[in-house]
Amino acid sequence: METRAIDWWVGIFVLLGIAALIILALRVGNLSGFAYDDGYVLHANFNNVGSLKSRSPVKIGGVTIGEVTHIGMNPKTYMARVTMRIKPDIKLPIDTGASIYTQGLLGEQYIAIQPGGMPQNLKPGATITMTQGAVNIDQMIGQMVFSKAEGSSKSSGNQ
Amino acid sequence: MATEALVELENVFFARGPHPVLDGVNMRIPRGAIVALMGASGGGKTTMLNLMAGTLRPQSGQIRVAGQDLKTLSEEAIYSLRRQMGMLFQHSALFTDLSAFENVAFPLRRHFRLPEGILRKLVMMKLEAVGLRGAAGLLPAELSGGMGRRVALARAVVMDPMLIFYDEPFTGLDPISVGIIASLIKRLNAALGATSVLVSHDVEETLSIADHGFILAGGKIIAEGSPDALRSSDSALARQFLGGQPDGPVPFHYPTQQDYAAALRDSRSSGERF
Amino acid sequence: MAFFDFIPQTGRRTLLTIPNLGAASRFLLSSLWNIFNRHFSMQQLFRQIYGFGVRSLILMVVAAFFTGMVLGFQGYYALVRFGATSALGTLVALSLLRELGPVLTALLFAGRAGSALTAEISSMKATEQLSAMEMMAVNPLAWVVAPRLWAGIIAVPILCAIFDLVGIFGGYLISVPVLGVDGGTFWAQMQSNVTFSGDILTGLLKALCFGVVVTWIAAWKGYTARPTAEGVGNATTLSVVTASLTVLGLDFILTALLFS
Repeated sequence: METRAIDWWVGIFVLLGIAALIILALRVGNLSGFAYDDGYVLHANFNNVGSLKSRSPVKIGGVTIGEVTHIGMNPKTYMARVTMRIKPDIKLPIDTGASIYTQGLLGEQYIAIQPGGMPQNLKPGATITMTQGAVNIDQMIGQMVFSKAEGSSKSSGNQ
Repeated sequence: MATEALVELENVFFARGPHPVLDGVNMRIPRGAIVALMGASGGGKTTMLNLMAGTLRPQSGQIRVAGQDLKTLSEEAIYSLRRQMGMLFQHSALFTDLSAFENVAFPLRRHFRLPEGILRKLVMMKLEAVGLRGAAGLLPAELSGGMGRRVALARAVVMDPMLIFYDEPFTGLDPISVGIIASLIKRLNAALGATSVLVSHDVEETLSIADHGFILAGGKIIAEGSPDALRSSDSALARQFLGGQPDGPVPFHYPTQQDYAAALRDSRSSGERF
Repeated sequence: MAFFDFIPQTGRRTLLTIPNLGAASRFLLSSLWNIFNRHFSMQQLFRQIYGFGVRSLILMVVAAFFTGMVLGFQGYYALVRFGATSALGTLVALSLLRELGPVLTALLFAGRAGSALTAEISSMKATEQLSAMEMMAVNPLAWVVAPRLWAGIIAVPILCAIFDLVGIFGGYLISVPVLGVDGGTFWAQMQSNVTFSGDILTGLLKALCFGVVVTWIAAWKGYTARPTAEGVGNATTLSVVTASLTVLGLDFILTALLFS
């Protein structure tokens, strides 16, 4: 085998490896999230973040407009404090609300933003005050079973 | 032996595991000579070559090559000393993926950055010396045993060494090739002004070209001298070796504790399997 | 009686193994260090990367493609019972990136390149080529062993990255066009659950470790083979068996260390 040809092949091989790594990073891993690096920061306090994680998406009407960058805890109020980055071209009114929803029954959790109607916009670094935390499915099922049981005992009592 | 010694061994002891291979060897190899080192198979002859080349180190004793004590040399220094040594291996040891030309060129390419034209001339000169300039493009697999050994010889001398080792250069060759190799060894030694150490059990061929011979047995040098002196040696061992007698001081039987008749009896009664 | 022999035999083997391991480690380190030797040749390194990497590429791509497709199928039938087929992308990607990619790459590499490496070095030893090299003042560790070790260490992570990518593509082809999982969900779920450093890079780090281990074992088995035809054959078989078992054992340790 010609030395020159071997150099070419090895070069192609290494490039293939690098290309594979880049595609993996952008397409499979969520390094593409770096697209929000130029976005602005908002905070939101929740009573319960459920299984929300760093890098969970932030959406309006199902469209991703940002991502969660950090989840902390306010030691005074014991509320979870979520920091997120929002695309710079999305301006949100100050009466905007945020909720934590689940994609499907077993899917992952994300922050859904409900834009308000006020003329002033949230400034970078501001905190969203109207929030609704994650729904605890265990609790919901518990409540449902409890109310069902109550309902059936009532109906049996009426008989 | 009035001339200066190129290689000196002083009371060299070497053992593989519990078995001593060399048990106090003393030897002087004069500069410019062709020295034959003979002895029974497995008697430590190849080990001695390796000791002189520094690929093995003795447990005790001193080995001096060109005045330098090998024990005091660093790995680095031994490697650079080896650039002045050449060795012809028993099985040629040519690189099977390189042509005859590239095999001979290998040491030059590794140690010097020569222009291709000069390299070509140097390699062709050595190939011409062994009569194989026409076979330069052939791969080792396409060479006969004798030709392969000649290419290996060209490779061993391509760096113009001061010391050339030959490990069983005649084994497994036809009589014509043996003659060719023998005359090449003599001619190259004279042409290069080198010193040659020949390890062999091929007594006649070896003594015909050697200036000086050593006979190694039981880990010791038992006889030394010029070929004629060796032939007329009165040592029983030397006579047995040079005369090729099956039994003598070197016993025909491998030592055993058990009497032969007793062994036969035992194997019958115990049903020992062989 | 045979059972009681087992205990001292194990002890004897262990006592033999420890100095062997020490010698093998010294062999590895001094070979790797020989990249600085003046007889280390970039041309040889490239030649070996070509032999190990480029020529294993087709094998890896085919194996990865089928592995990914099978993962897609099996994952789908397992998840569809719980109505959780949206997690199929995550399942395929994580299985490949964390486990199957590095391990299968290493096992295939041991069979394809490791065995050839052992056979080559051991037959060079058997025909005295290594000794001849040493006599020509060229350290065989620098000229023969070091380029091969480095080539293995470079080639295996690259092969693993390609294996991962092709495998995920194979999984996608089965999941989305064939089984009708939603393509957007497939990728989105995968992206939100796979992290670059935690899954992709740690998987490749695993592959790097396997690359070191497989080429190390292959080169060591070749270098210490008995210089006979039988010795060469034995060394080659032993090289593949030892390398494969070591990869599987090491995988367990690395998984516990890296992903916990």
